[in-house]
Amino acid sequence: MSPIAAVQSNARQRPRLHPLPLRIMHWINAVAIFIMIGSGWRIYNDDILFRWLQFPEFLVIGKWAQYGLQWHFFGMWIFVLNGFAYVAYGILTGRFRQKLFPISIREVLVTLGDALRLRLSHEDLTAYNAVQKTLYLGVILVGMFIVITGLCLWKPVQFSEVADLFDSFQTIRLIHFLCMSAIVAFVAVHVTLALLVPRSLVAMITGGPVLDDSPVEAAALSGAPTRSNPLAR
Amino acid sequence: MSIRIRTPSLIRLRKSVDRTVLKESRALVEDFNRRGVLRGALTLGALTMLTGCDVSEEESVQNGLRAVSSWNDAVQAAIFRPDHLARTFSPSQVVKPPRFNAYFHAIEDVRPINGTTWKLELAGLIKDKRPWTAQQIYQLPEQELIIRHICVEGWDYIGQWSGPNLRAFLTRIGADLTAKYVYFICNDDFTESIDMASALHPQTILASKYAGALLADPFGYPLRLRTTVKLGYKNAKWIRAIEVTNTFRPTFWSKQGENWFAGI
Repeated sequence: MSPIAAVQSNARQRPRLHPLPLRIMHWINAVAIFIMIGSGWRIYNDDILFRWLQFPEFLVIGKWAQYGLQWHFFGMWIFVLNGFAYVAYGILTGRFRQKLFPISIREVLVTLGDALRLRLSHEDLTAYNAVQKTLYLGVILVGMFIVITGLCLWKPVQFSEVADLFDSFQTIRLIHFLCMSAIVAFVAVHVTLALLVPRSLVAMITGGPVLDDSPVEAAALSGAPTRSNPLAR
Repeated sequence: MSIRIRTPSLIRLRKSVDRTVLKESRALVEDFNRRGVLRGALTLGALTMLTGCDVSEEESVQNGLRAVSSWNDAVQAAIFRPDHLARTFSPSQVVKPPRFNAYFHAIEDVRPINGTTWKLELAGLIKDKRPWTAQQIYQLPEQELIIRHICVEGWDYIGQWSGPNLRAFLTRIGADLTAKYVYFICNDDFTESIDMASALHPQTILASKYAGALLADPFGYPLRLRTTVKLGYKNAKWIRAIEVTNTFRPTFWSKQGENWFAGI
């Protein structure tokens, strides 16, 4: 076996940046989020929170409110079951610990500065910068909170122990709405950046670069320059 | 910040309907609803469902969604806590008069019931089916509830309702408390039904008064359902008959695509 073939054969057996279960859960989640937001806007339109905000009909899912509700209470199963599997996977495989921690405030500020000056490097897809870590962790927490407030809106009496912690039903609605807004903002940034760095989008379909214990080798295999510290330029 | 205005909705049909036209227009409304699903499917596009414009496929999406809605009925029944009480409020928080809403749009369209000739009919799995006059019902022991009304649309308000406890009433008339459903047949053949567990909940009453005074016509005079464990639209107004049964029949709102159980 030639050295190159050996490396390739070896590479196929090594884990990739995004393992298959994770990719499946990511795209299921994308569909679930799409259903939840579209139908949620339909439900919102029936009794708006803000006088200046009514979602255009062509953006909402369901012609009438009850169809929006049907979609919402269908999508919730996908979103919650898939989200539960994702969080369990992230914790049990150590992926969250490995990819999202530690987060240092100084690093966040430096990366944010770089990002605003369009000086971010995306050569290495395998390591998340501090802003990415913050946003990914943040959106996971928002996802949990939107489920909790959603359950409180659905069952304010059965789950009164939690629902009554909020001062009113409308407060829960408002928080549920703000969580949705945060997710929409995240999706906007997330999709924009994925399109600006198409390799990252491809990686979420094919699995991306092969990982190895040695960062040098992993970087070499992914065709990226060696860089384990996102602060190093 | 949270100024709310009334927005168009099926809960309040866009145009006030002439009562004689109501039955004929139901088919039309259902046609609108089907088109609504088609639009929903198109909005989703190929990303979620491989649906086209074909009517049968559009109906299959609606059938699928209704199947999930039925599954959600079962889930809600399973997590229902029969003796868990909803929060109650103080008289100072009561909104007077209550907020009007119905299956038709305008409060002017309310057709008042004549309380002196009205009788509550009883049917189904009930031993003593003698009808009740309003006066007889007023003489029953009353339970007062100062509770939150939550509409499926999203708004809510605190109301003060009183009347006989439904469990006590069903017991008194010899209803089969092991039956599955309690049906309410109302003005204009409007129907609504609830599961027996919710009917027997301590905070489920047949309300005849609001804030200490007899119900006004728009709010269900002479008798309506008020329960803390269901969304607003399940609280049938202008009740003419109560039926206890094991047979499930679709009700006004569940035919329109609203969730039947509608527990909160």
